[in-house]
Amino acid sequence: MPMIIFQYDRTFDGMLTAVFDAYARRSFPQLIQSPNEPLPLFYDEVHEVITDEEKAGRVWKALEKKLSKEALSCLTVSYLSELPELDMHLFRYICKNINSAVGLERNFADEDILFVTDTFRKVRYERLRMMQFIRFQKAADGTYFGIMEPQYNVLPLAIAHFKDRFADQPFVIYDKKRHYGYYYDRKEITQVTFDESLPHFVTGKLDEQLMAEDEKLFQDLWRTYFKAICIKERINPKKQRKDMPVRYWKYLTEKNKL
Amino acid sequence: MTEETLKKLQILTESAKYDVSCSSSGTVRSNRKGGVGNTVGGIGICHSFADDGRCISLLKTMLTNSCMYDCAYCINRRSNDIPRATFSVRELVELTMEFYRRNYIEGLFLSSGVVRNPDYTMERLVRIVKDLRTIHRFNGYIHLKSIPGASRELVNEAGKYADRMSVNIEIPNECSLKLLAPEKDFKSVYEPMSYIQQQVLESKEERKRFRHAPRFVPAGQSTQMIVGATPDHDRDILRLSSALYARPTMRRVYYSGYIHVNTYDKRLPILKQPPLVRENRLYQADWLLRFYQFKVDEIVDDMNPDLNLEIDPKLAWALRHPEMFPVDINKAPYELILRVPGIGVKSATLIVNSRRFGRVTGYHLKKMGVVMKKAKFFITCGELVSPTIQELHPENVRRILVAPSKKKRDEQQLLLPFSNE
Repeated sequence: MPMIIFQYDRTFDGMLTAVFDAYARRSFPQLIQSPNEPLPLFYDEVHEVITDEEKAGRVWKALEKKLSKEALSCLTVSYLSELPELDMHLFRYICKNINSAVGLERNFADEDILFVTDTFRKVRYERLRMMQFIRFQKAADGTYFGIMEPQYNVLPLAIAHFKDRFADQPFVIYDKKRHYGYYYDRKEITQVTFDESLPHFVTGKLDEQLMAEDEKLFQDLWRTYFKAICIKERINPKKQRKDMPVRYWKYLTEKNKL
Repeated sequence: MTEETLKKLQILTESAKYDVSCSSSGTVRSNRKGGVGNTVGGIGICHSFADDGRCISLLKTMLTNSCMYDCAYCINRRSNDIPRATFSVRELVELTMEFYRRNYIEGLFLSSGVVRNPDYTMERLVRIVKDLRTIHRFNGYIHLKSIPGASRELVNEAGKYADRMSVNIEIPNECSLKLLAPEKDFKSVYEPMSYIQQQVLESKEERKRFRHAPRFVPAGQSTQMIVGATPDHDRDILRLSSALYARPTMRRVYYSGYIHVNTYDKRLPILKQPPLVRENRLYQADWLLRFYQFKVDEIVDDMNPDLNLEIDPKLAWALRHPEMFPVDINKAPYELILRVPGIGVKSATLIVNSRRFGRVTGYHLKKMGVVMKKAKFFITCGELVSPTIQELHPENVRRILVAPSKKKRDEQQLLLPFSNE
């Protein structure tokens, strides 16, 4: 079998276009990667996928005929994991369903379908983690500032929850790993990027001059509560770390040192 | 909000922390115009985990820790010399709102010591939740303790504002309760429970006719039992839980391993450590009742009045019933697959979905997350050749599964075996 490599721009539409190209060329890749990644030592052919919304739309239409709404959102959500190893699994997931007379979304004995579904679950779980572990600090101008480094790109999935919950308070939620965030002004949500050399983007903590008047007091109250609620006879750091991994502690008011 | 609030928060949290109920689940409600907050349902949201590994979902605190009762197991009993404090309504409301706005919590869990009489206390609790809901338009989660002995009118009023209400049974047996808490009886616990239940059912009927009729305690009720403070068997505890789950509004029974807070009281056993393993086994049994379609008599009976601490209750059941196994993964109904040790709700669902497309093999099971170390003794899937419980007999399977896992040894290191190893 010739070693064929597809290069694409790592967008979801790009992925769908890659599927379209494969059927149009009647040749299927062994590897899909971005043009920035180094090519393997041996290969026969490189095909460059040029993302095309119309082609992507046709593939999506074909999928809509076979798959349930849940399975379709499973595809788009799993893509937010940004895992390079997902690419081939997702590609084969789509092809298998196009080739099959019935939708295969529940055949979890299939390696690709199980992998995509598991990735979907992980991304959903990371979304929950964002809803759990974002901590807002109130700034002097009344804006609530929250920062995090989630494993996957889940901010777009979580933002509707925050908008609904905190409808009457302006806030910023920033994903420092991916260098973007959302600002909500009590009406609309806008995507923002900031100069990350500012001290509160480095440490995640607002400087005391930038804080609202009673912010420090409430942080102290929260730390006090966190200490007081613990039952000393039952100390269990292993379970604490399992449910609240250390990688989130940097931005947790109750866990980061002053 | 001052330094004094800080002190109060500390005292009242220390007093409230032995209540184990934590969840913020059971209601899905999006925000209303001009309101603050929503509830997400599902498994709820845990915002943090304390150093003891317990989740922090709600601001769990008390209105006051002064109490006129003298229950032997309780840290806040009248005869204890501990610092006492009382929140003002304003303090408590402001704490809840400000914590909520910073995404520290899902809402409020409010309890109280009993002052003057149950109705007086209940009235003040109701005032706080009413203020939160109506004046501050708080739309997050509220879990309110119903004070044992409170009147029907007050319970009905409270339920209009709370998402979940709870009355704690604490002791699963009335004689033991009488001994440890002479001022309480089962009636004072069950009466508010049935008030809540009746009102919930009435409100459901009402909502069928009027879509906008107010909801009453939409997340149902919960309760808690203390484990290890009395000589009661797991059988008694679980039978009571099972009877409670048969009631239409009971959502959760919590088990709280007894912590020896009042060491001087001779009516209580002296425990060096809280019975954490037993508590864990009880939760496992509770899960079997709620999600695995087990009946309570299958888990504990008069022959086995207590849960085995060495193995989990599902495995224990399987070892007592070798005649049910091995289960054919490709043919058996879902209910039977769910009974296999090492297979949970998630993998059982994956299995029954996948086998419609083709044969499911051991390799697939492993990928799906089945614990094959356990499950292999109880299943066949056509190709698996390892011996099952039928060939090995239950006692041998048990021996293999409880054997301590071998430590990894560094083979380049010289070993000096000591006699006691």
